[in-house]
Amino acid sequence: MADPMRVRAVESGGVVDVKILMKHDMETGQRKDASGKVIAAWHIASIMAKINNKEVFKGEFGTAVSKDPFLNFKFKGGAKGEEVVITWIDNKGDTRTDKAIIA
Amino acid sequence: MDYKRRNMIKVGTVISLMASTGLISFAQANEWNKAAFDGKSLDDVLKALGSSGVEKSASITLNAPDIAENGAVVPVGISTTLPASQLAILVEKNPNVLAAQFTILDGAQAFVTTRVKMSQSSNVYALVKADGKWFVTSKEIKVTLGGCGG
Repeated sequence: MADPMRVRAVESGGVVDVKILMKHDMETGQRKDASGKVIAAWHIASIMAKINNKEVFKGEFGTAVSKDPFLNFKFKGGAKGEEVVITWIDNKGDTRTDKAIIA
Repeated sequence: MDYKRRNMIKVGTVISLMASTGLISFAQANEWNKAAFDGKSLDDVLKALGSSGVEKSASITLNAPDIAENGAVVPVGISTTLPASQLAILVEKNPNVLAAQFTILDGAQAFVTTRVKMSQSSNVYALVKADGKWFVTSKEIKVTLGGCGG
């Protein structure tokens, strides 16, 4: 099971600002281990944000996104107290879903 | 024998549960655009994203430092006044050029910030799809320490 991510959602003037810090190694597939073998790529492939069961934002990551990825996006139409649900899935099929209440 | 059969039933139940709660369809619906992420040049990626050409645009803002001390963590942000439906971050001299792409759905604003790895100093491109056309703006970022080493 993947480690939890940190999600913060703050509403201001009708716009919700969502900041996410995911916990993931984001292995590039370029590095080699001590014996010279290539370490296979392992990275978050896609991420999705939902509010009130409606998708508002989707992203796809390649290997070039930094370790423990940070993501910041904004959307209109959220109100304080509502729940933002973030789900990511990596290229090995591991997945993690976390929620945050809009403040 | 009977024990095994019971287990099979359990596994079957779990799978059908996953499908009904949308876990499986989520994985399938969000199929990763492999062709685009495998692209070795700006043109490769554009082709994989279904674009025939790009226009330079001054309405895209690429928020990134001029000099990045650590290539493993380079903050890059895109914002635009165009009615964007898709955003993408590309690093020209990385082994795979496309770093990340984002879909702006109903309600979301044309704004995103994330952190990317850069193997060396390079041009970084912000691609924006608006009204079915692709627009681009670029910026050179100097890296003093590469992000792809061991």
